[in-house]
Amino acid sequence: MALAEQTKIPNPIGESMPRIDVFEKVTGAAVYTDDIQFGPQLLYARVKRSPHPHALIKKIDVSKARALPGVKVVVTGDDFPGHIGLYLKDKHIFARDRVRFVGEPVAAVAAISEEIAEKALDLIEVEYEPLEPVLDPVYGASPEAPLVHPDLGEYEVVNFIFPKPGTNISNHFKIRKGDVEAAWPKCAAIVERTYHIPHVQHVPIEPHVAVAKVDETGEVTLWASSQSPFAQRNLIAKTLGISQSDMRVIAPYVGGGFGCKAGVTMEAIPVAIAQKAKGRPVKLRLTREEEFYTNFVRQGLVIKLKVGCDKDGNLLAMENTMYWDGGASTEYGVNITRAGGYSSTGPFDIPNVKTDSMCVYTNHPIGGAYRGFGMSELHAGIGQVMDELAEKIGMDKVEFLKRNVVQGGDILGTGMKMHPTGIKECIDKVAEALDWGKKAEPSAPNKLRGKGIAVMWKAPAMPPNAGSSAVIELNEDGTLTVNIGGQEIGQGTFTAMAQLAAGVMGVPMDWVRIAGPIDTQYSPYEWQTVASRLTWSMGNAVVAAARDARQQVLKVVAEAWDEDPDDLDIVNGTVVSYKSEREMSLKDIGIYGINKEGDTGWIGGPIVGRGNFMPTYVTGLDPETGQGNRAVVHYTTGAQGFEIEIDKDTGRLEIIRAASAFDVGKAINPDLVRAQIEGGFVQGMSSAIFEEMKLVGGEMKNPSFVDYRIATAADIPPEHKTFIVEVPQDDGPFGARGIGEHPMVPSIAALGNAIYDAISVRLDPPFTSEKIYLAMLDAGLVE
Amino acid sequence: MALHRITVTINGEVELVDVPSHMTLLQMLREKLALTGTKNGCAAGECGACTVMLNGEPVNSCLVLAAECDGAEITTVEGLKKNGQLDPVQQGIMEAGGVQCGFCTPGVLISARALLDRNPTPSEADIKAALVGNLCRCTGYFRIIEGVKRAAKIQEAAKEEMTYGIG
Repeated sequence: MALAEQTKIPNPIGESMPRIDVFEKVTGAAVYTDDIQFGPQLLYARVKRSPHPHALIKKIDVSKARALPGVKVVVTGDDFPGHIGLYLKDKHIFARDRVRFVGEPVAAVAAISEEIAEKALDLIEVEYEPLEPVLDPVYGASPEAPLVHPDLGEYEVVNFIFPKPGTNISNHFKIRKGDVEAAWPKCAAIVERTYHIPHVQHVPIEPHVAVAKVDETGEVTLWASSQSPFAQRNLIAKTLGISQSDMRVIAPYVGGGFGCKAGVTMEAIPVAIAQKAKGRPVKLRLTREEEFYTNFVRQGLVIKLKVGCDKDGNLLAMENTMYWDGGASTEYGVNITRAGGYSSTGPFDIPNVKTDSMCVYTNHPIGGAYRGFGMSELHAGIGQVMDELAEKIGMDKVEFLKRNVVQGGDILGTGMKMHPTGIKECIDKVAEALDWGKKAEPSAPNKLRGKGIAVMWKAPAMPPNAGSSAVIELNEDGTLTVNIGGQEIGQGTFTAMAQLAAGVMGVPMDWVRIAGPIDTQYSPYEWQTVASRLTWSMGNAVVAAARDARQQVLKVVAEAWDEDPDDLDIVNGTVVSYKSEREMSLKDIGIYGINKEGDTGWIGGPIVGRGNFMPTYVTGLDPETGQGNRAVVHYTTGAQGFEIEIDKDTGRLEIIRAASAFDVGKAINPDLVRAQIEGGFVQGMSSAIFEEMKLVGGEMKNPSFVDYRIATAADIPPEHKTFIVEVPQDDGPFGARGIGEHPMVPSIAALGNAIYDAISVRLDPPFTSEKIYLAMLDAGLVE
Repeated sequence: MALHRITVTINGEVELVDVPSHMTLLQMLREKLALTGTKNGCAAGECGACTVMLNGEPVNSCLVLAAECDGAEITTVEGLKKNGQLDPVQQGIMEAGGVQCGFCTPGVLISARALLDRNPTPSEADIKAALVGNLCRCTGYFRIIEGVKRAAKIQEAAKEEMTYGIG
């Protein structure tokens, strides 16, 4: 290949190519898990769930359910003693001895129809002895609280999570950098605040669904709406005591994930039942009500912050104590606490830091991955205290942010050195879009107007060695089949991967097919579709596989033409020589090789490129100080701002305009990046204004779309400007970083700051009309 | 369990279906006819993923009993494409990038089709009002709304082409 070409980014990388899955999706042809037909053998599962937040199970009698005609299988926790979990194995598939949240599976039935299965649930008799529940993480962390997991010390745990047996704290992440106590007296202004961030739900429009079948040889097949086919294979196989290769997970298109279809939640239930279903497939589909509280939720957070700066507005110290309401199991949530810990300063350069990020067991629904992985909750507090501190020291808020945000070369709270980042440019773009510094008059006398801005950062949160792989095969027609294990959940990863493969290989975009559905039997390994990591990590693997395939082709052609591979290139699907000006289509090379001159033999064979990627450079952190060489791979940064009006008569908040800017390193597909920014912005806005799981005594009181409102088409603002900033990332494909989660991270703080600008009151989310009105009443703004 | 034999025209095809009294139109489409383009998001008439056209009106098919549909005409997402041509709403939403996970898309397309049937030149407010019953968690709606605007233009252009011809 011409060396000069190597430094250029090859087309269509960086182009706004149309999504490759869109035709299927607008014609109703795209297949989701619930669309697969399993025929008359199919059994339908329903789950008997705990009505208590915390209780001992005294007795379970399933005899009447078993006797109901049409019921084929009834299982309870007695059938499945093993523990399951991603980072901390603290969960059973079905409760044994003790239930820990309202909705916890206690037993399950599979029958020939959903109606019969449902009827059978009523016939299962469970005797409970209620225990005192833990319903608040601050109380839960105290020595007075009853223990949710008395066996915490016996659970298997990964080496970067630190449970405290004998307490409800399942992970305690600490940062001790500099000396905060010595710094406070040097501060010219200090702000102290506590924020409460409520539980929210992911609300994919497709509820969880999984179908499992165990054949005569004991081999398990699971079809699931899944972000994590490989993690599910691994974790479920381990729990059931079978080999990973005896379990196969097939994952068709996912109708929205946002984290709730990562790790293992309800998917283990049909597998467990299917083991006793004599070869019949077993389907479990959650109802919308179950979707709200029986699976992962975004855990609640109580964050206590103290920040201080000098008279010039330079941040000097931060003390951050976080109590995460981890819920009844923290198998996944312990790592949210860790992520919240190592990113606990937000994107700010602060010399003295003391962080305590604690994952606390409670008798609430189970906290799991949610778009942002702790960052939205944490930034809800940080973004507002920074705003408050700027005001207190008398500085313009944008100036204050720009003075204090992290820059390349800064030493972060964990001791890691920051890479180059475009966060200041993001702030400038948003400030400019909102006409920062100019105060507009309210549109009516009964309205108050305000502007707010907040910044964010987020790193992919994962084990240090989460890996990706890709295989690229050439076909007879010259096209490429790209095999990957990362999932298309709406974010557009199949399209981005096709662009990377096409660009590196040198073929037109429509010559690339992504092999789907993801199937652990054929697809190459991918850790999970989470953490905004695919463009970066799987992208690196796809680029490596395409380079490998390309090199194989060039070598074969060079040999056939007796030329140097360095003089050859692949342009638009044709191998060309810049030296001899010969040409040959990939169609003539990919499978059959090349016939040597004079029919004297053959060169080559089917081309199969392979590539993998695993970050090898993330190091452990000291458990007492949180210090280490490199806590994470890198950070995506950004900024968001709102201009709003509040109606004094009703408390209604109206967004006049908004702007978002994120540094994605390199946009592989700018249109898809903007689509992520827009969708994340509205999800963030929705969570900030409307969303809260109303948990009373451990029970969710609003598990429906009527009572738990999410943003509709009528709620979006008339203007939302999006900006893509590109400061390249050294370990990303063509400089790319992730963007999937980030757009919703700053939303609560940016809106909270805008509300403060309008009414001079600080509030906990969600910022409902009622809450705003009552706050104005308290503040004497209305009578 | 009583079975009712009904005759329905679905996407232009006449179908004879035996349905139990309690079966919903959504269940009939997905389970009896394997027309799985129509999605089940809540089974309670709240999310709009199951929207189909029933005698020209958009309905939540999870709230309609199949037995009530005897003699009805139904259009699902599978019936939007005609003579190999995408419907303007499919074309518009596709071009505007109004599709991510795609699960709400079938319902959105039917609601949009119904809107353009009754109002070929909708304002932005009309579009928002027509789509308020179709929840989407991925896109943030901006590109869906843009897609419907684009669909109206595509439809208008096609109509002009039909009226005046192009050769």
